[in-house]
Amino acid sequence: MDDAPASTLSALEYDPAPESAALARLRERYGLFVGGAFVEASDGATFETLNPATEEPLAHVARAGDADVAAAVAAARRAYDKVWRKTSGAQRAKYLYRIARLIQERSRELAVLESLDNGKPIRESRDVDVPLAAAYFFYYAGWADKLDHAGFGPDPRPLGVAGQIIPWNFPLLMAAWKLAPALAAGNTCVLKPAETTPLSALALAEILQQAELPDGVVNVVTGDGSTGAALVASPVDKVAFTGSTEVGKLIQRRVAGRPIRLTLELGGKGANIVFDDAPIDEVVEGIVDGIFFNQGHVCCAGSRLLVQESVAEEVLRRLRRRVDQLRVGDPLDKNTDVGAINSAAQLEKIRELTAFGEREGATRYTSPCALPERGYWFAPTVFTDVAQTHRIAREEVFGPVLSVLTFRTPEEAVAKANNTTYGLACGVWSEKGSRTLWVAERLRAGVVWANTYNRFDPASPFGGVRESGFGREGGRHGLEAYLDV
Amino acid sequence: MSERLDVRKTYKLLVGGAFPRSESGRSYEVVDANGLFLANVAQASRKDVRDAVVAARSAQRAWWSLTPYNRGQVLYRLAEMAEARAGELSEQVGRAEGTRAGEARASVGRSIDRLVWYAGWCDKVGQVLGGQNPVAGPYFNFSVPVPSGVVGVLADQDSSLEAFVDAVAAPLATGNAVVALASEARPIPAVLLGEMSATSDLVAGALNVLTGRTGEIAPVIASHEDVDGLDLTGADDDFAGELGALAAETVTRVLRGADPQDRGLKRLRAFVETSTVWHTIGQ
Repeated sequence: MDDAPASTLSALEYDPAPESAALARLRERYGLFVGGAFVEASDGATFETLNPATEEPLAHVARAGDADVAAAVAAARRAYDKVWRKTSGAQRAKYLYRIARLIQERSRELAVLESLDNGKPIRESRDVDVPLAAAYFFYYAGWADKLDHAGFGPDPRPLGVAGQIIPWNFPLLMAAWKLAPALAAGNTCVLKPAETTPLSALALAEILQQAELPDGVVNVVTGDGSTGAALVASPVDKVAFTGSTEVGKLIQRRVAGRPIRLTLELGGKGANIVFDDAPIDEVVEGIVDGIFFNQGHVCCAGSRLLVQESVAEEVLRRLRRRVDQLRVGDPLDKNTDVGAINSAAQLEKIRELTAFGEREGATRYTSPCALPERGYWFAPTVFTDVAQTHRIAREEVFGPVLSVLTFRTPEEAVAKANNTTYGLACGVWSEKGSRTLWVAERLRAGVVWANTYNRFDPASPFGGVRESGFGREGGRHGLEAYLDV
Repeated sequence: MSERLDVRKTYKLLVGGAFPRSESGRSYEVVDANGLFLANVAQASRKDVRDAVVAARSAQRAWWSLTPYNRGQVLYRLAEMAEARAGELSEQVGRAEGTRAGEARASVGRSIDRLVWYAGWCDKVGQVLGGQNPVAGPYFNFSVPVPSGVVGVLADQDSSLEAFVDAVAAPLATGNAVVALASEARPIPAVLLGEMSATSDLVAGALNVLTGRTGEIAPVIASHEDVDGLDLTGADDDFAGELGALAAETVTRVLRGADPQDRGLKRLRAFVETSTVWHTIGQ
């Protein structure tokens, strides 16, 4: 029964259940959000954002140049000096509560928009990205008038203007992670969304208008890497960046000589450690959640499976069977498990690294699922016979690609898990609490999930150690990044 | 009877619990605030830095594996040692900083009191900086502050002991190992504190004290791949920018512009990582 071929499962396939793209209320053109208004770029430049599932253009978006970034930073500075720093914590809280509610009200629209622009399954944007974005605003709203009690001494001051650069993997959620604590602490913001996923941040800007957040408190500048570089070079008081370790190092270098606070949330190569006493059914679901959630476009993905030798064969057999059942395709289909790869460039990077995996001698297993003809797709893939020196075991693939290694003892598991320059997240699967805590204590990682994986909550600090960055987002700890303490 | 000729001390490095002269064999002349000769102090080299970081990396595991209570007792023991040698410290602080005897003694007193303050933090910082996180789901979720690892300290150039104590005791109290570069012109009080640490049951290598040329040694510490944190208090703005750029190569945590007189928790928070554990709750 366990070895039932995929063909017998085809009888159990679901009919398509697509969500309507019209719900996204797409517009043809989107402007920058500066000083409370949507404006064109000063030189009129625009770029296209695509639906990665179809390669069709979704909208034209203004491309912010140096002058536009300067205008946005100036608007944020004015709003800080004239309005926001004088706005009481209780008032700030009420704005944030309004924003949280507006996100909830427009959740269906936001979920569809996110899936169109990013390629992620609607099930995830609907059940994870959007509700969590609202939850982060709701959580930090409550801190805005309680900063005296946050453990940083009496009357902690905000930093001023924050430049915030976010990635394309969770566009709306990352905007919420950045804006909510910054605003609660009393800062004003200039947000730079990723080039391939600008739309949900601009929809959020509309929400800020509906919330009547004072003009200039939040500004959104869309564009490519040069827009982000201009923001980093601006007279801001704080830079917060989520993205690759490579760019993070560049930013750290650029701000080194200046009086700028910096927090970085960078890449990862998370180990998901499975001990032989863990319940295998739950483990298999956890491995799938760890690496195939959001197409593996997750900095904390459990991209290295470390499984105890005695159960490796059984775990892998069941894992392959489960991987075969993952439905890959239309992100707007409510039955889809794995959506589209976000961009052609990312797809190319995944292909390059997986090709290296084969060349370096790892054994590749790829789900036999059918892939749509148009769009950017990559079938869920599991590599076994992986050595710690292989590129697929060392570099962040940022795609639905799992590398499997084995271990015999807890010491060996810890040593292998820590054998990376990253340190973002790890998973531990065991029914033995004392062993789980022993392992968790020794893992060099900012987050450890025990018997679960890829859980996020506004009350829980998230962030890395070592080359996965510094600073925390979420919880009381997340306030520290935006206070002068 | 002729007056007894005093026995003078050679001021050496502290690396891995041992007191080597610099492996380079170099020394440099240190003078007091009035320009009078004090001592030929060991001038650390690039190799000494590397040795110190290796020693610190291995010591950090042992230091952090002690119970917090035990770490607190060790730092308190260091305060006891300093108290017993307060006279010697006062004389050297006074000569280095050019202060009157009374002020130097007061400064040493404050330094020792500061050690006691940090000693008490060892078994409290976990509760104050950590805690349980009320997540929306069936998980027990908690955060604990864990040490960044090996911290490089570029000590304040003016305050020869007080600022030095603050800069090294804070990361030690949170479980880090430290490679400290003493004030270039006023290194002797820091060297003395290093000597005292070697008789305080401190894990050998948890505190390493280097003396030498800041311009030569600080970039070696800042760019070292196995240094996790960097305190740049002793660098001016331009130099701190240069060193910060070197530190970026391995995403090293940098503490800049910390006021040596700051009495908040900034230094305790500077070199800890918040580690968060989620555990399922179920039957």
